[in-house]
Amino acid sequence: MKYVYDLHTILLQRNLILVYEGEFTQEITKAVLSMAERNMESMGEESNIKRKVFNVMVECLQNICKHADEYDPDAQVTNKAIFMIGKQEEEYVITTGNPILKQKVDSLHSKLEQINSLDKEGLKALYKDIIKNGDLSEKGGAGLGFVDMARKSGQKLEFDFQPMTDQWSFFSLKTTIPRTGVE
Amino acid sequence: MEIINLEGTEDTPKILLNKPNGIFEISGRSLPEDTAEFYKPVLEWLERYTADPNPETPFVFKLEYFNTASSKLILDVLSKLERIKGTTISWYHHEDDEDMEEAGSEFSELVEVEFEFKTY
Repeated sequence: MKYVYDLHTILLQRNLILVYEGEFTQEITKAVLSMAERNMESMGEESNIKRKVFNVMVECLQNICKHADEYDPDAQVTNKAIFMIGKQEEEYVITTGNPILKQKVDSLHSKLEQINSLDKEGLKALYKDIIKNGDLSEKGGAGLGFVDMARKSGQKLEFDFQPMTDQWSFFSLKTTIPRTGVE
Repeated sequence: MEIINLEGTEDTPKILLNKPNGIFEISGRSLPEDTAEFYKPVLEWLERYTADPNPETPFVFKLEYFNTASSKLILDVLSKLERIKGTTISWYHHEDDEDMEEAGSEFSELVEVEFEFKTY
């Protein structure tokens, strides 16, 4: 039973205020959002920080929802994903992790690199270009989620891919939202 | 024309499209699971309205939050409104919500409609 204490310690050390591990649906998304909102409310967080955190959480959670159906039940990889939000003195840290098909790693990697290479004006231009010229994907995504996360947070997106099997990698993404109103 | 009057929920906005009273408003939160499906009746309504609009169409956006998938559909709504003579957009944002103000200003650069920015 030591794992209970270990897990507890890790969560405390990392100042994680909310962790969800499992399948992601719109209902779960709403529940997670409302828990995180209530948490920030009870801590008296500033409304503009709350809005940014809410914003990034929605894009993260809906990204996972939209891509969860790529899961192949024969692939021997779980389609469960993880969502975490941590609160530090200076910042909120929103982290997600979910399995993705290895063949998608390269394009995802270059998309995130491209976003990270842009400054505020560059991100704005990219956003406007995608919203004007892009169509909704069959999953209903606008292709704007990562761009929006970078814009709202004002920080680079951190990401990582860990091999799971021949076909699958585990994609981790971290977004930091400063609490000190730094642009 | 029929009136669209949808109550807002935690993930869908309140929508009021009332031609006889000249009230047109989208407000609240917009992060539906299927954005295209949610906004379909709104776009269809506007398509019919375009054929015989009021002389003036004051359209209010008073959004607290919208996700990126909704932003695409909001642009679709604005593109429909762009074709209706006498349309003005009132874009509301909370007084300390710069992101919402900027979102409105970006939309205003993407369509040829008159925007007024207001706080609440």
